[in-house]
Amino acid sequence: MSKVLMKGNEAIGAAAIAAGCKYFFGYPITPQSELPEYMSARLPKIGGVYLQAESEVAAINMVYGAAGTGKRVMTSSSSPGIALKQEGISYIAGAELPCVIVNMVRGGPGLGSIQPAQSDYNQATRGGGDGDYKLLVYAPGNIQEMVDLVQLAFDKADYYRNPVMILGDGMMGQMMEPVEFKEMPKMDLPAKDWATTGTQEKRKPNVINSLYLAAEELEQHNIHLQTKYQEMIDKEIMFEEYNMEGAELVIVAYGTTARISKAAVDLLQAQGIHVGLIRPITVWPFPYQAIKDLPESAKNILCVEMSMGQMIDDVRIGNEGQRPIHFVGRSGGMIPTPQLVIDKVKEILNGGK
Amino acid sequence: MLNERIILAGFGGQGIMLMGQLLTQAGMNEEKEVSWLPSYGPEMRGGTANCDVMISDKPIASPIISADATCAIVMNLPSMVKFVPEVEPGGVVLVNSSLIEETVERTDVKVYYIPCNDIANDLGNMKIANMVMLGAYIEIRRSLDPESVLQALESKLGMTKASLMDINRQAFAKGAEAAKLQM
Repeated sequence: MSKVLMKGNEAIGAAAIAAGCKYFFGYPITPQSELPEYMSARLPKIGGVYLQAESEVAAINMVYGAAGTGKRVMTSSSSPGIALKQEGISYIAGAELPCVIVNMVRGGPGLGSIQPAQSDYNQATRGGGDGDYKLLVYAPGNIQEMVDLVQLAFDKADYYRNPVMILGDGMMGQMMEPVEFKEMPKMDLPAKDWATTGTQEKRKPNVINSLYLAAEELEQHNIHLQTKYQEMIDKEIMFEEYNMEGAELVIVAYGTTARISKAAVDLLQAQGIHVGLIRPITVWPFPYQAIKDLPESAKNILCVEMSMGQMIDDVRIGNEGQRPIHFVGRSGGMIPTPQLVIDKVKEILNGGK
Repeated sequence: MLNERIILAGFGGQGIMLMGQLLTQAGMNEEKEVSWLPSYGPEMRGGTANCDVMISDKPIASPIISADATCAIVMNLPSMVKFVPEVEPGGVVLVNSSLIEETVERTDVKVYYIPCNDIANDLGNMKIANMVMLGAYIEIRRSLDPESVLQALESKLGMTKASLMDINRQAFAKGAEAAKLQM
């Protein structure tokens, strides 16, 4: 299929529909409102349902209900809206249901700003709701990758019976780039024999629930969930390495800041300064091993984030104390420039802190 | 090697976002790497509007212009004040001289003054001032084939507004003429 020019938010909607998603429940919030708008126009025409809920809390519980029927379902929001959805996300993870949740992050905390940010990293990777649960979290680096990952996300959600999150930001939602909707390889997925679709009086009713009053049972449930999360760690980690061989410093950045850092890497290279880039594509599970196994030549690590520093904790875990870790970033909706990254790299290489 | 970084700016209603989208679409049709990044925020309604457009032979790393624009297209005075400093030395500024009486003070950029609204007015449709400017831009920068831009507009207008194509073509040509006089 040929390329089309699309806004990030609309491209997510088109990708979800291509993946067989026919149900969307959400509530508008800048900078992601083009996504529900797109779904509201498209879904009724393909026999699906678009519903604007009365609140984010209602929307995520509608997703909970729809996911229980085994149908592919999605919701989206931006930072404070995702914060409101956390209770439902925890319930869905506890009840082991598949769904895809999109967060086009904006500045926080609180209502914050409407400009791009990456300050929901901890909320996405540590679980903003209660209990021992994890989300598989994809952090695409451009709109084409976002389109590909949204389609993959629905398969992975079904396979693991777990919510999958797409972690973007306001810039990726608003900007336009050419995208191509490729024929994606279909995963071999088990039948959804757990879905509550009516017994026809031929089987025992399925029950979808996250309440386990017997502590022993809940512990067993948690042990089961952990085996799933371990499988994600074993199989799902994705990252990109750029300009790594012989790099004297390595930048770690994801999403929009990885794009900006890549520009900085190229500009530095033109000045004869060799800097590499590790771009986590899954931020949970995080590519710890890649951080641990940096080339010998790399003496310093620099984290670049649109936050006050959240992913840096994962870099610390992967680094295991081997190298000094530095940070540069902007927050509140401000976007770092390649020059900011270049200046920081030079400061570090000249012995500054 | 092509690596064009354009800021387009004006007030809401001047068709700034469309100008950017047409360049982006045309670039894509010519199989170049492109991106379009709008400003968005509470200031949009009735306020200023601007977007960054990248057209390149190489994949675009950062879609954001930060003091490295190769070209700024400014359609009103606040945009000129705000975005001329974003142009790199040796870059180009296109000023809508119908609405901007001031001249650009910088001497390290090449400036063209295009009376977009006057030309559009002469053609009888104020809404096509943006196409006048696009014609001038393409004439000066030659970053894209003029026909690609016009084709992008044609597909944007679609069947229902196809009758507007003729006057848009005229506007585009008049803009190119105005630019040629200053080259």
